[in-house]
Amino acid sequence: MTAYLKLDHIDKVFTRGAATTEVLKDINLTIEKGEYVSIIGHSGCGKSTLLNIIAGLTGATTGGVLLENREVNSPGPDRAVVFQNHSLLPWLTVYENVKLGVDKVFAKTKSRAERDAWVMHNLNLVQMAHARDKRPSEISGGMKQRVGIARALAMEPKVLLLDEPFGALDALTRAHLQDSVMALHQKLGNTILMITHDVDEAVLLSDRIVMMTNGPSARIGEVLEVPLARPRKRLDLAANATYLKCRQRVLEFLYERHRFVEAA
Amino acid sequence: MNMTATKIEVETATPAATIAPVVALTPKRPPRAEAYARMARETAVRVIPPLVVIALLTLVWELVCRRAGSALPPPSKVFADTKELIFDPFFDRGGIDKGLFWHLSASLQRVAFGYSLSAIAGIALGVLVGQSVWAMRGLDPLFQVLRTIPPLAWLPLSLAAFRDGQPSAIFVIFITSIWPIIINTAVGIRNIPQDYRNVAAVVQLNPLEFFAKIMIPAAAPYIFTGLRIGIGLSWLAIVAAEMLIGGVGIGFFIWDAWNSSHISEIILALFYVGIIGFVLDRLIAGLGKFVTHGTAQN
Repeated sequence: MTAYLKLDHIDKVFTRGAATTEVLKDINLTIEKGEYVSIIGHSGCGKSTLLNIIAGLTGATTGGVLLENREVNSPGPDRAVVFQNHSLLPWLTVYENVKLGVDKVFAKTKSRAERDAWVMHNLNLVQMAHARDKRPSEISGGMKQRVGIARALAMEPKVLLLDEPFGALDALTRAHLQDSVMALHQKLGNTILMITHDVDEAVLLSDRIVMMTNGPSARIGEVLEVPLARPRKRLDLAANATYLKCRQRVLEFLYERHRFVEAA
Repeated sequence: MNMTATKIEVETATPAATIAPVVALTPKRPPRAEAYARMARETAVRVIPPLVVIALLTLVWELVCRRAGSALPPPSKVFADTKELIFDPFFDRGGIDKGLFWHLSASLQRVAFGYSLSAIAGIALGVLVGQSVWAMRGLDPLFQVLRTIPPLAWLPLSLAAFRDGQPSAIFVIFITSIWPIIINTAVGIRNIPQDYRNVAAVVQLNPLEFFAKIMIPAAAPYIFTGLRIGIGLSWLAIVAAEMLIGGVGIGFFIWDAWNSSHISEIILALFYVGIIGFVLDRLIAGLGKFVTHGTAQN
């Protein structure tokens, strides 16, 4: 197995005054090129912290992140993030939001016209080209998230990091967007790491599901392979034995062995 | 179950098909005259109430001040006394014997100069204090004390430092209007959502790009709140400062009118001061609205 993205013995300790909290303990994970990996766990288990460490937005206390055998410890477009709440800049149009990243990443390698075409190409990929001159406040939540995905894709990241990308959407929009992300993964072959707390979403989209134990000192409890052929169809899988078995495994992990304990 | 579902679909599809062309054939657009009439109505609704109130107040003032021995002149006398000033604002007989236009423009120039300086320095300091925790810890207590000093208290000190009325007046404008600009800018910078900072980090904007593309647009609504308070304070301070430094300017015009017992001229000057203060406020508010049109949170 060739490690494309490698998380090497990551510990994370938060220190506030005299109090220290160990959030993550000894996280080891290797991800292959083109793989779709989900990280699932109860809220507060540090999965978003882990994503921030991979993105370089937060530093690991010990251990590190290797991307193509090179350590990465600051944020960069090679690990583009799709944020949970879309994080589009409200004073820019849809087009300008995507262009912000494109102009930076391809400043030297693409001409002005090529950059423009590339922005439109990525907006087309998420079916948002029609809204190019709209501002984020004028489009729906699902559309905003599409633009967020286009912005990340347009940076041609080596790894696409999705931080609960569908969490803030209603169920129907969520399903629609999940299908879009699956289609994009199929078409472009990106390496994707997704944080989620939705079991169905994890099983439907992922090649592997990484299950985290509860914090503090959250570890990787179990890694589950999802041996379902692609392209996957939501409706066909509803009664698929493998799908149901995977789903069962994740549910057992989350609700039996590592039940969420309400913090006092 | 499947059967009924298909049936419903068919039923709804048919009427929709017959309605569609009807809608397309009759495009509804209100005639132009109607649009003008609506516009006129909307304007009337906004303009008539204040006009009525002004007319009533003027009437009360006239009735109260008309009797003999009244200390203040009624509006009719004010108008009669100041007709020359109203209709010829551009005369210039040398010295400070000039039309109101020259007085007002001298005051506005001082405000423009002092306010521009304070806008530039205020935004710069606000960004510094908003961005750096250490700058905030060091400077904030100082700002909190300095901003409570009344504008005119600075005047003797600045006269001592500059030894001239003109720069002293400008300094008073500057020092009066800078505090709300600093404080609001700093709050705006501190309130930039972490999300925007994360986006900037992932895209790898350099500090200059971050300043221009994220910081200023994100903090613009706060900055313009500060600028708007600042312009109001500058206009408040200039009249007082000019009363003391003398020379051409609406402040000294008022003081001079008082010394010559021209009460009507004072009233006319106050009227102009109020109108110009209002226009300045609207100007900055309009500019803010124009600049921040997209920044409103969704």
